[in-house]
Amino acid sequence: MECENLLLVQAEFDGELDAADALRGAQHRQTCAECRDAYAQLSATHALMRESAPRYQAPESLRRAIRASLNVTSNAATPPPPRPARSWWRDSASFGVGAALAAGIALFVIAPAQQNLLDDVVASHVRALQPGHLEDVISTDQHTVKPWFDGRIDFAPPVKDLAAKQFPLLGGRLDYLNNRPVAALVYGSDKHVINLYVWPGTGEPMPSKAARNGYNTVHWSEHGMDFWAVSDLEAGKLSDFVRDWRAAG
Amino acid sequence: MSAEFEAVVLPHLNAAYNLARYLTRNPTDAEDVVQEAVLRAATYFSSFRGANPRAWLLQIVRNTAYASRALVRGAVTVALPGDEAGAPTGPELIDHGDDPEMALRKREDHARLTRLLAALPVDLRETLVLREIEELPYKEIAEITQTPIGTVMSRLWRARRMLATAVQAEEGR
Repeated sequence: MECENLLLVQAEFDGELDAADALRGAQHRQTCAECRDAYAQLSATHALMRESAPRYQAPESLRRAIRASLNVTSNAATPPPPRPARSWWRDSASFGVGAALAAGIALFVIAPAQQNLLDDVVASHVRALQPGHLEDVISTDQHTVKPWFDGRIDFAPPVKDLAAKQFPLLGGRLDYLNNRPVAALVYGSDKHVINLYVWPGTGEPMPSKAARNGYNTVHWSEHGMDFWAVSDLEAGKLSDFVRDWRAAG
Repeated sequence: MSAEFEAVVLPHLNAAYNLARYLTRNPTDAEDVVQEAVLRAATYFSSFRGANPRAWLLQIVRNTAYASRALVRGAVTVALPGDEAGAPTGPELIDHGDDPEMALRKREDHARLTRLLAALPVDLRETLVLREIEELPYKEIAEITQTPIGTVMSRLWRARRMLATAVQAEEGR
């Protein structure tokens, strides 16, 4: 049985915690031998990597080849179309699905998909509540948050501030759900946090509610975007948020 | 291509090559991957608005490497000790020039660690390299590998533990 604080100790070692949490990590190590050993092991591995792991530098031949190819590209009438990035593991994954379909278990494959997404959305919300992970851009100003997503994500998420409705915008974050990068908008409600995940999609416009591990979610689609709101707010209050958000201009 | 593109991308060429080298585990594939990645980056450049060019380029390098099948091929062409084309540079090349014995031991340490790192699963290896060699924060690693931060943390943990175990196993022999 591993100590559940190992990843916290690692985050402390990597300088990823704020001062208060780092202090908590250090205090925990005083009483937990496993985490003390883990910290020593992290230091040893770090020293080994620093001293002996090769740091490869781009060879001069590569630099020359790149300069040459860039000049050719700039002279061409149109740049070559980007190739979709496909990965070999995704190829094997789709092979697996194909095999499942052939075996006649398609119904089992399709039905849990939404369930898995619900699990992922809630897990992402919980992870985001860890210190320092909630917002990448901290701003209550929608005109700061919206442009922040430009260039980070291949769509423009709608950003609205609902401070007047007691749901102030706290910031935004890039997250990864449903096999794609998604926008996460962070709203507050008293002491509670609402994550609103947004990505392009065309699902049901009618909001559907679900709960998982004490968290409530509301899912709907509008204007070519799928939305998932997640919070520990009680279900009625989260529905109020969704209603106000959809009503806001 | 525009001078602007070169100014954004070329400063990160060493990081790009280092990642490609660790992903593909051989110098030829690494060069091919970086060259193709830079061309892709050039075609996407109009949609890039400049927040973090390093993470942006490394993400493209990674996707290119994964798509190239060089990762599969690399498994049978794991760098042999002494195959040090694309010579690694770093702190190890400083200070020990006068002491041949020390230099030899350093080279052996290099070769051993290269081999142990090459044996790690690719998702663990890339996470470890981005953290320990490029010294990137979790958030940036998550962006490059298109993975939630929680997964970055657990991969990093597993990578470090596997490496430490492998080192201990060799030393215990």
